[in-house]
Amino acid sequence: MGYTLVEKIIAKKVGHEVKPGDIVTVPVDWCMIDDIMVPFAVQKFEEMGFDKVYDPEKVVLIYDHFLPATQTDDSRHFRVGDEFAEKYGLKHVHRTDGICHQLMTEAGYVKPGDIAFGTDSHTVTYGCVGAFSTGIGYTEMAGILGTGQLWIKVPETIKIEIDGTLPGNVTSKDIILRIIGDLTASGATYNSLEFTGSTVDAMSVASRMTISNMSVEAGAKCGLFAPDDKTCDYCKIPYDDEIKDLHGDDNASYAKILRYRAEDFVPVCACPSLVDNIKPVSELKGTKVDQVFLGSCTNGRLEDLRTAATILKGKHIAPYVKMIVTPASRKIYRAALADGTLEILSDAGAIITTPGCGLCCGRGGGILSDGEVVVATNNRNFLGRMGTSKVQIYLASPATAAATAIAGEITEA
Amino acid sequence: MFSAKIWKLGDDIDTDIILPTEYLAFETVQEMKPYAFSPLRPDLASKIQPGDMIVAGNNFGCGSSREQAPEVVKALGVSCIVAKSYARIFFRNAINNGLLLIEQPDLFDEVSEGDIAEVTPGKEIKVNGKSYDIASLPDNLTEILEAGGLVKAMRKRNGLD
Amino acid sequence: MAMTMAEKIIAAAAGKESCKAGDIETVTVDKMMSNDGTTHLTIDMYNNLKNPHIADVSKLVWIIDHNIPADSPKTAASHKKMREFAKENGITFYEGEGVCHQIMMENHVRPGELIFGADSHTCAYGALGAFGTGVGCTDYLYSIVTGTSWLLVPETIRFNLHGSLKPGVYARDLILTIIGKISANGANYKAMEFAGEGLHDLSIADRIAICNLCVEAGAKTALMEVDDVAMDYLKEHGREPKAIFKSDDDAEFSEVYDIDLSEIEPIVAKPHFVDNIAPAKDCSDVKIDEAFLGSCNNGRIEDLRVGAAVIKGKHVHPKVRFFVVPASRAVYKQALKEGLLDIFMEAGAMVMNPNCSVCWGACQGVIGEGETLISTGTRNFKGRAGHKDSFVYLASAATVAASAVAGYITVAEDL
Repeated sequence: MGYTLVEKIIAKKVGHEVKPGDIVTVPVDWCMIDDIMVPFAVQKFEEMGFDKVYDPEKVVLIYDHFLPATQTDDSRHFRVGDEFAEKYGLKHVHRTDGICHQLMTEAGYVKPGDIAFGTDSHTVTYGCVGAFSTGIGYTEMAGILGTGQLWIKVPETIKIEIDGTLPGNVTSKDIILRIIGDLTASGATYNSLEFTGSTVDAMSVASRMTISNMSVEAGAKCGLFAPDDKTCDYCKIPYDDEIKDLHGDDNASYAKILRYRAEDFVPVCACPSLVDNIKPVSELKGTKVDQVFLGSCTNGRLEDLRTAATILKGKHIAPYVKMIVTPASRKIYRAALADGTLEILSDAGAIITTPGCGLCCGRGGGILSDGEVVVATNNRNFLGRMGTSKVQIYLASPATAAATAIAGEITEA
Repeated sequence: MFSAKIWKLGDDIDTDIILPTEYLAFETVQEMKPYAFSPLRPDLASKIQPGDMIVAGNNFGCGSSREQAPEVVKALGVSCIVAKSYARIFFRNAINNGLLLIEQPDLFDEVSEGDIAEVTPGKEIKVNGKSYDIASLPDNLTEILEAGGLVKAMRKRNGLD
Repeated sequence: MAMTMAEKIIAAAAGKESCKAGDIETVTVDKMMSNDGTTHLTIDMYNNLKNPHIADVSKLVWIIDHNIPADSPKTAASHKKMREFAKENGITFYEGEGVCHQIMMENHVRPGELIFGADSHTCAYGALGAFGTGVGCTDYLYSIVTGTSWLLVPETIRFNLHGSLKPGVYARDLILTIIGKISANGANYKAMEFAGEGLHDLSIADRIAICNLCVEAGAKTALMEVDDVAMDYLKEHGREPKAIFKSDDDAEFSEVYDIDLSEIEPIVAKPHFVDNIAPAKDCSDVKIDEAFLGSCNNGRIEDLRVGAAVIKGKHVHPKVRFFVVPASRAVYKQALKEGLLDIFMEAGAMVMNPNCSVCWGACQGVIGEGETLISTGTRNFKGRAGHKDSFVYLASAATVAASAVAGYITVAEDL
């Protein structure tokens, strides 16, 4: 009997075989705390009565939701984080470098096979490199800071096999949106999603990140990809036998297997106001938009900006429509400066902001008002997420977003 | 056993509905209270009385890991939530804050807002003369709930209480 | 009759041969600029009029620059109101293209024009020899409905500039020094006019920085003689002057100052008034939490070049948030081409989209309780940049960039 990828990762860490449903206590390789949650986690940590952090090397503080600050109390969060880091000797504090989930792999922290927890639900993103990672509350984070461990229930696995070649205007965002639509927003609750197949093999790590990132929108505990040579290049580690063993076995026991042909995918949107309300873009054609948002931990990477730039080159966004571009990290911003991407986007009329969570976190970066419509590349379209409850949010790929910005209405690339 | 007045919500009550991002950074949960559920029902927070309960459909608490969500529900005095299912991070966060969550597949479809329920944790809920079975929690979660939440459990571990 | 430049522009706008300080004249306004700080209020007032009507829509320029991208449903709603009104009425409209005054300088302002702006820093347009003045919503509404307004012809304080600024000293230091000298109400109701051979060495960017800040001395407007530098700028931007005026040799000035530019030193304006100036060198005990390079005062390409030259190869202090905000899309793109944006990003600064940003004190880079900001913005009033108990120091682009690296206030040469 074989093992699924998540079972292998957990078993390796706890030193014995595990099966779905087992409750095990795992050692934690990485703790990520974002600026919103820092003061709460610190308060709970102190209430719990710990006098040291289990391993200051393994804790990463990242300020991203409140940059640039829009409220007078925001900088208190930075100050509390800085003081905590100083008091307990934390080594890794990113104050202005970009979105937490981008930085956790980009800056070289999380590697294949690691176990990571973060105070944000999109911590599942690190599944893109074959790490088990998931979001937790600040109280549990405080507990990990003190003990270095956390209990988890070993999840069942839903395997998703995708084979074939994607149509030219389809991106990994369309794939994960379609899968969430098929599974529903609660269809993978407590489960691990494991993505395999030739389409997945051909994808960049950045594209896989988009899929892992949104796994939580189907309720999943994690969304995993077996690491390959591309993963190892990205993580700057050797592609050795240990890494090669990190994959779901053919004879592993899966709760469910979903099979897709890449050729069957079409550009889609998640329509207001649920992530699983999926419709083909072609059916939404003619929906007027007020704003387009390209960014977030889901789709703010260089390849996403380049996809948009390819479509926007030599064109201009529609009159009275805004397009806001928020690169996911400082590194991405600089790379997009260097290769001319930002210049193309600016020539097309885009408003390019500094790296951070931006509009996705709903505290700035392009908030909308009653009756307005936004097409956005991020991960959530919940009621009130980007302004009032009368804002209509459509989630889409960077390609659809760019084509829509030019047309002023929802359009296929 | 306790009795509680029912407030009824739907499926997929997400964490942005339970507490929008705009209010997440308030220093205390007391300041957050008036804004609970505001995108969906702006007046709900002011109507909920201590001891009342929330009944909802599938996937309650889906979305973000914001622990302010269960904390604010707890601070409103909600005695428990009964839903068809919960999103997993919300579930953990609620238990860690000592907020009782009950999974029950049928009750939601058969009760109305304003009904009074009689809850016997780990055993049953009675509404309008009908009894609904409920399961008890796994041991490790019961321990946390019984300690009064994870902070208190950790304080005990650290020899403080 | 001898007239000042201000008198000549107003006389022309009033259709008269002449006028003099103290007269109240009915004038035809050449352009009317309004931004998202107050336009939603103007629209509400307009809609309450019995016979709403715009005299000449081609004179209106509306610009969303204060809260862009929007930071709250409230600002988004005011933007929507403004955007829809502009669209419906065919008003020239910019959104997210940059700070209003910079957009006006790049695209609209012509020498000799009389321009109303629903923003106090409209006096910046004097850098091109135009009479720009800030008005409130009611005055603005009256002018768009009738095309005219009334104006009290101001007295003029004349500043004759001599010599040139030392290296490491900027126009910003000069105007802060002048405001310190005449005080925050030293030019109330008056025009501040700049002339002299020292003016010729100053770029348009320098001139805008000077004129823009004159309102902080209470001035109604600021004016500079139009010379080759100004004409080159106009030509480069594809515009012709409406008229070129200069004060007559025997015009009457309320005061005349002669200023030796070589005596100016790097200056800061300390909290909480623009005239509370001190030499930057004397402020090295002030630790900073945030630094801001941008605004209608100091967000032009010349300012970014100065900041980039200071910070190149260095790194922003780890505890300092350094916002760099080009004043317009044109500035952003130029800075991108010259590699300046990358210098800032490499150094750990945050490059923002062109807008009012930190200077406006909402939307971006709001500072918290007890925090200190060093800024190239226009004002350091209590609470201007965020929390009521916070501190703002105004300084030049060079001093701001140097302080961002040091973590405390310092001049670039001491870095």
